[in-house]
Amino acid sequence: MSIAERDVVVTPEIRAKYEVVIGIECHVELKTASKMFCGCRNTFGGEPNTNVCPVCLAMPGALPVPNVLAIEHMMRAGLAFGAAIPAYSKFDRKNYFYPDMPKNYQISQYDMPLTQGGVVRYWLPDGTVREAALTRIHLEEDTGKSTHAGSADGRIAGSTYSLVDFNRAGVPLMECVSEPDLRSADEAVGYLEALKRTFVALGVSDVKMEEGSLRCDANVSVRLRGATEYGTKAEIKNMNSFRSVHRAIESEAERQIAIVESGGRVIQETRGWDEAAGVSHSMRSKEQAHDYRYFPEPDLVPMEITEERIAALRATLPVLPIARFERYTSELGLSVAAAAQLIDGGLADYFDATVSAGAPPAAAANIVLADLSRLANEAGIAVADSHVTPAALAELVALLDAKTINSKIGKDVLARVWRDGGSPKAIVEGEGLAQVSDPSAVAGFVDEVLVAHAQSAADFRAGKENALKFLVGQVMKSSRGKANPVLVEQVLRERLTS
Amino acid sequence: MDVTTATAREIASAVAAKSISAVEIAEATIAQVARVDGELGAYLTTTPELMREHAAQVDARIAAGETLPLAGVPIAIKDNMCVRGTRTTCGSKILEHWVAPYTGTAVQRLLDVGALPIGKTNMDEFAMGSSCENSALGVTRNPYDRDRVPGGSSGGSAAAVGGFAATVSLGSDTGGSIREPAAFCNVVGFKPTYGRVSRYGLVAFASSLDQIGPFARTVEDAALVYDAMAGKDPHDATSVDIPVESTADHLRTDLRGLRVGIVKEFATSDLGAEADACYRAAYAELEKLGAELVEVELPTAKYGLATYYLIAPAECSSNLARFDGVRYGLRVDGADVGEMYEKTRAAGFGPEVKRRILIGTYALSSGYYDAYYVKAQKARTKIAADFARAFEKCDLIASPAASTPAFGFNAKSDPVAMYLMDYYTIPVSLAGLPSLSVPCGAVVPEGGTHPMPMGLQLASPLFSERLLLGAAHAYETATKHAEKLAPRVAVTP
Repeated sequence: MSIAERDVVVTPEIRAKYEVVIGIECHVELKTASKMFCGCRNTFGGEPNTNVCPVCLAMPGALPVPNVLAIEHMMRAGLAFGAAIPAYSKFDRKNYFYPDMPKNYQISQYDMPLTQGGVVRYWLPDGTVREAALTRIHLEEDTGKSTHAGSADGRIAGSTYSLVDFNRAGVPLMECVSEPDLRSADEAVGYLEALKRTFVALGVSDVKMEEGSLRCDANVSVRLRGATEYGTKAEIKNMNSFRSVHRAIESEAERQIAIVESGGRVIQETRGWDEAAGVSHSMRSKEQAHDYRYFPEPDLVPMEITEERIAALRATLPVLPIARFERYTSELGLSVAAAAQLIDGGLADYFDATVSAGAPPAAAANIVLADLSRLANEAGIAVADSHVTPAALAELVALLDAKTINSKIGKDVLARVWRDGGSPKAIVEGEGLAQVSDPSAVAGFVDEVLVAHAQSAADFRAGKENALKFLVGQVMKSSRGKANPVLVEQVLRERLTS
Repeated sequence: MDVTTATAREIASAVAAKSISAVEIAEATIAQVARVDGELGAYLTTTPELMREHAAQVDARIAAGETLPLAGVPIAIKDNMCVRGTRTTCGSKILEHWVAPYTGTAVQRLLDVGALPIGKTNMDEFAMGSSCENSALGVTRNPYDRDRVPGGSSGGSAAAVGGFAATVSLGSDTGGSIREPAAFCNVVGFKPTYGRVSRYGLVAFASSLDQIGPFARTVEDAALVYDAMAGKDPHDATSVDIPVESTADHLRTDLRGLRVGIVKEFATSDLGAEADACYRAAYAELEKLGAELVEVELPTAKYGLATYYLIAPAECSSNLARFDGVRYGLRVDGADVGEMYEKTRAAGFGPEVKRRILIGTYALSSGYYDAYYVKAQKARTKIAADFARAFEKCDLIASPAASTPAFGFNAKSDPVAMYLMDYYTIPVSLAGLPSLSVPCGAVVPEGGTHPMPMGLQLASPLFSERLLLGAAHAYETATKHAEKLAPRVAVTP
C-alpha cells in the first residue's frame, strides 16, 4: 500500500466525481450427468479422489471425448442471451503448470468460442431494467482443488505440504465474459443475478456460489465522469458471494480513486479479495502474467454446427426470467419485489398457470407468495408438488375475490386442499362455508351476541373502542367464521350507536 | 510347425484347428525370448505370466467353439502403449516404474481376439528418435548387425519381429517411427491412415500425427493385426467413423491396372549407387507385376521436415507437461512445487525430449506462434494438397522408406542428421496417409561388411488400406526379399 492510498480520504464528494467501469468474468459449472471429457460423474464433493479415471487424472495415453450435453447447454445459454452461434467452433489448449490441473493444460476455447456476443438484460432493486453486452461464452473444464496443510490459515504461504483432490477436475465449465458495461456494484450484482436466474431457468447449472458452481472475477477501473478513455483495470478474484462482489467492487473503486486523487497511477494487476478483512491484496502484476501458448486441441475434432441444430436448441428455450419480470411488472402490475420473489423462488411457472386458470394476478401472487409458500416451507416440498393445483388455487382466489368466502375461511379451505386435494369451490358449497353477507342474517348473529355480552356492549358505549373487536370476534365465532367481517362491524356499530 | 518362425496366419490356423495349443505357443515364445533377447535387447519388460494367462483363456475359448482371428499369436507391444498392470515406460526415466492402470483400445482389441502379449519393447524416449538410442532404459541391437541400430523410434518392436523374438508387434509412427525401423530390420511395418486405429492408451508424442500400426514378417500378418484393431473407438474423438474394409482377405497377386507414382523430387541417385540400384530394381519389379509407373511431383515435400519439427514439438511440449511429479512417475523433491517440477523434469527427461519441449514451447509462445506454428500448419495443408494432386495421377506412391540402411551406434551425433533419416516418411505422415515399408533388398552400408536390409515405402490415398496392403503383398510374394537375409544377432534355433 502506497503512502497516497493511506493519506487520501475518499469523501462522498470525491467519489461522486468518478465513474466505476466493471466487466465480469464468470465461471459456471454445467449441470450434466458426467464430466466434460470422461465418464466420471459430475457431482459436488465426495471423498477426495474417488470420482476420477485415467482421463481426468491425465494418465499417460488417456484421451478426452467431449460431452455433447455440455456443448448443448452452452449453446442454449448463448441463445438465451441472443448470442451468435458460429457454424464452426473448436477447442484449444491453454498451457500452464498448476498441481491441481492434471494435464498442465486446460482444454478451453480461444479464438472460436461456441457463442459470440449477446446481451444480458437485468433489473435493479428498484425495478429499472438495464443491459450489459456479453463478449462471449466459451466452454472449458474445471480443475481439481488444492488444500494446503501446515500453515496457520490454510494458505500456501508457510504450508509444509499440499493435498490435491481431482474429483472436480474435468467438470464442464462455461466462462461468460461481459463487456465493461457495468457502472456500479449494484449493476454488477444485478448482472450476476440475471446470469444466475437465467441459467437456473435453462436448467444448465445449479449456480451455487457456496459450492463453487458459480465463481466470478471482476475487472474494475475508474475514470472521471465524462471521460471517454478507460482507466487501468485491476482484476479482483476470490469473491465468494454476490455480497462480497458488491463489497469488493466498492472497495476497489475507492482504492483506485484514492490513488488517482493522490496523483498516482493504478497498475494493471490481479488482486485477491479477503472477505474477512474487507480488503484486496495484490496477487500478480501484468508483467508476471502467463503466456498460455494457446493452440488448437489436437485430441478433439472441430465442431461444425448446423442451422438446424441451432433451431432445434432454440426451440427448447423456456420463458426467460427477464421476459417474465417485464410482463409481471408492466402487464400484470405486480410489485418489483413480488415479481422477483415469484421468479427467483421458482414459483413463476405455478403462478403463470394460476393466472391462466383465471385468477386475478395480484391476488394470485399474494396467496402464492404468502400462504402457499408458508405451507410449502412447513412441509418442506415445492409448491408445484403439492395437492394444490394451479386450477384449484385459481378457484380459491376467485372465491375470495368475489367475497364468497372471507380470508379466514380462505385459509382453512387452502389448508384442507393442501392436505387432501380437491376443489375449493366444492368444499365451500358442500360445507356451506360461503360468507354470510345478507344484512338481516348478520343482524341475527349480532343481536344474539349483544344479548350474551351486554357488558361489552356497555363498555363500548362508554368509549372503550377495544370492546368492539371482542364483539366482532364473538359474532364471527357464532357464525362459525362465515359472517362477512366488514358487515359484522358495520351492523354492530349501527346497533351500539343507535 | 516351428512357433518361432511361423506366421501369425499359420499360428492362428493351427490353434483354431487345435493342432497346437496357445499355451504351447506361449511356452515356446517365452523360451525363445529368454534365449535371444539378452543380445537383442528388444524388450524392456517381458510379461510371461500375463502371456500364459491369456494363452489359457484362448485355449478355453477355442475349446468353447469361438473363432479368434489371432488365436495364440504372440505379440510384442511398444512400451508407449498401456497394458493394465504392466510397466509402461516410454523408454523414459520419468515413467521407469509407472504401471498402467488401464489397457489401451488397440491392444485390448488384439487381446480380445486371441493375441498373446509377450512384453513391452524398447523405444526412443517418448517416441522421439530414429535409432532407439534415445531410450533411457536399454540398448536394442539390429538383428542383422549387432553393431548397428534397429531404427526408431519403434526399434524394439522392429527388432523383436526381425530377430524372431515375436511373431508380430505393435509400434507407433509419428513421422516414420514404424516404417524406418521396419526397413532397418527386414520386416513389414505399416502405418494406417491417421484416425484408423484408436490412440486411446498410446502415450501421446504428437497427437495430430501419432498412429499405431503393426510390424510383421509378412504383409498378410500385418493386415491381420490391422483388421483386428482398426475402427472407431468411443474413447478417441479423433478416430474416424468410416467403415473398415477387411484387408487380409483381399490381398493381391499382381498390380495390373494400378498406376504407381515415382516422386520426381525423391531422386534415389542421391542415396549412393547401391541404394539407387536397389530402389530402381524395386520400381522395375512393380512394373513387372503389371503396374504402370508414372512420375508425380511433390513440390512442397522438401518442407516436410521443417514443418514436422515445428508441429510435432509444439504438440509434444504440451502433451509432456503432465509429467510433473505430482500424480505419478518420477518425483524429485524441491523446496516448493516449482522447484519440484524443475528437478523432476530435469532428471526424468533425456536430451532429445528436452530439446523438443523447448522447440515446441518456443514455437507456441506469444509473438512467435504465427511465424512458426501457424505457418507450419499452412505448410502441412499444402503438403497434403500436393499428395492429393499426385493421387489424381496414380494409385500408389513408391519411395525409399529411409535415407540409408541401418547405421552404427553413435553415428548420428548431430540431431538434424538423425532427423534426415525420416525425409521420405515425414511428408506422408503430415498428410495423414496410410503407408508401409516392405523389404526390398539389401545393400552394404557405409563402413559395413555385409548387406543390410532396405525398405520400400508405399503410400496410398486416405483410408485405402486395402489397396495398399494388397499391393504390398503382391510385391512381397513376387520378390521374397525378406527371406534372402538371415539375422546375425539372436540367431533362430
